[in-house]
Amino acid sequence: MNRINKVLEEKKDILSIYFTAGFPKIDNTEEIIIQLSNCDVDMVEIGLPFSDPLADGPTIQESSTIALNNGMNSIKLFEQLKDIRKKTNIPLIIMGYFNPILQFGVEEFCKNCQTVGIDGLIIPDLPVEVYEKEYKHVFDKHGLLNMFLITPQTSNERIQFIDKVSKGFIYMVSSFSITGAVNSFNENQKKYFKRINSMDLKSKLLIGFGISNNKTFLDATRNSRGAIIGSAFIKFLKNNNKENIVEFINSIRGKSSSKN
Amino acid sequence: MNNTYNVDQNGYYGEFGGAYIPEMMHSNIEELKSKYIKICSENSFKKEFNELLKDYVGRPTPLYFASRLSEKYNTKIYLKREDLCHTGAHKINNTIGQILLAKRLGKTRIIAETGAGQHGVATATVCALMGIECIIYMGEIDIGRQAPNVARMKMLGAEVRPATSGSKTLKDATNEAIRDWINNPIDTHYIIGSVVGPHPYPDMVARFQSVIGNEVMSQLETLEGTKNPNYVIACVGGGSNAAGLFYPYLDNKKVKIICVEAAGKGIKSGKSAATSILGKEGIIHGAKTLLMQSKDGQITEPYSISAGLDYPGVGPMHANLFRSKRGEFHSIEDSEAMDWGLNLSRLEGIIPAIETSHAFAILDKKEFQKSDILVFNCSGRGDKDLDTYIDYFKL
Repeated sequence: MNRINKVLEEKKDILSIYFTAGFPKIDNTEEIIIQLSNCDVDMVEIGLPFSDPLADGPTIQESSTIALNNGMNSIKLFEQLKDIRKKTNIPLIIMGYFNPILQFGVEEFCKNCQTVGIDGLIIPDLPVEVYEKEYKHVFDKHGLLNMFLITPQTSNERIQFIDKVSKGFIYMVSSFSITGAVNSFNENQKKYFKRINSMDLKSKLLIGFGISNNKTFLDATRNSRGAIIGSAFIKFLKNNNKENIVEFINSIRGKSSSKN
Repeated sequence: MNNTYNVDQNGYYGEFGGAYIPEMMHSNIEELKSKYIKICSENSFKKEFNELLKDYVGRPTPLYFASRLSEKYNTKIYLKREDLCHTGAHKINNTIGQILLAKRLGKTRIIAETGAGQHGVATATVCALMGIECIIYMGEIDIGRQAPNVARMKMLGAEVRPATSGSKTLKDATNEAIRDWINNPIDTHYIIGSVVGPHPYPDMVARFQSVIGNEVMSQLETLEGTKNPNYVIACVGGGSNAAGLFYPYLDNKKVKIICVEAAGKGIKSGKSAATSILGKEGIIHGAKTLLMQSKDGQITEPYSISAGLDYPGVGPMHANLFRSKRGEFHSIEDSEAMDWGLNLSRLEGIIPAIETSHAFAILDKKEFQKSDILVFNCSGRGDKDLDTYIDYFKL
């Protein structure tokens, strides 16, 4: 069973953490993954930086720009990940925009993912229809799940279709807005969480966008299988030592921090 | 197999086009896709659109026989005078169409991106005309170098928001506009300024601009007794003025199509915007097309002396014209374009936009027959470029 599905089956209150590969330093990738997997984190999303990340807010765009300036690219990322499976069994997802993957070659990219032990991909600008028609068989061949996004604007009919194509989790965008941390969810968002939950989908839901603290994490996990944190973690990395990642994770989990 | 160079029912031109968009844009794009053709075919829409084009924009624009130019190059040269449109370029044909569409979609807020500021001015203009809130995204660097157009937009009541991300130019302004739309999916319409972006934008913008080519057909028939010139010629950045001129001729192979791109300081200089030569197939702003990018698929910053041509991609219609060889592509360097700014001024008394100057430079690159009829899209006037002309020629 794919590591992502195993976690989705076995765990509740899942915490998935996103970071941009190559940020803040080019060679941070392995260390950040190991640090995260030593904390109370259930999945890691590795961001492959892109020059024009349409679906991301300023924090992630800035980290992407820095990562690109540091020299991050697909080849480098796969190199950095080549021994990762000797060190951790945490589910790993690569999140990236479609153009760099297209230039690498979709088949070749998937093959490399399989070789280093990536479990799935999130490609925000690859629409589900195109995926199903042109690329699904490639992902399947290499044992990769592809995760899709839904938003408050996504129609029920379309959600049903996405649920049908999806084999991993559905990434539920918490609001209209693009990524960025907020303090709490409003009534409209809660209504939307309820609507989706009443649809009885086969896929598990993780809520992302706007989760930054214990309160929003709890709100999210009350309404789904778990939550995804990106911008808030990038901000943390910008201002803190990687050794203190556990403190960030504990603050999200609502645990008091103990250094050991 | 589709036997047309126009868009197919799935939003593709050959292998280019489509809608590679994040889910957050899906409902907006779907709404447009399902409604734009129906709305634009309604009689009340057509009536309002045509009346505004006539009384407000000043259409039809003349098809002018350039006699001195024709004599010099020993061929028959006509200029489609889009430079005489209100606001100084063809851009307003599209913004009029889109604002009418936005109103019918019940939208109360307009956003747009702009590079040199021409599309921003054309958008701010129609928003003022309709009394609708208008926000223009413009790269911080472009705001610095296009002060008069920034002032125009402000006079017209628009808010100009600087794009401070990435390279702080047109592509980043486009990213910011898309983000705004993602954050405001219900009340906002995004007026894209060229035949780029996800389907249905390239087709929608081409339809609104097709008034250019349609007028040429009837005007040429009166002047020459034929609807078909031998060549239609236009400069291509994103490609909207070219798409408008070519539109009725796309599938008429008796009429040859010439696209002129900006070579900047030279194709091999690293400072160029000649997408057909330097670009590779990829995804930019939601469309599969040719774009300038690094080996890793990062979008690179183009360069041209004319801000309207320095877009790293090209519309999917043009990518298909290039790939299928239906269109002949040339690229013109800054210096050649600047010289043609002077040439056209002195031969015909028309000071062209630097974008437009690129198209005319083809006359020094290619031999034409005496009997050939050439129609150039004289897409914009040079007022906005005076500072650049002054600097360059030490006027």
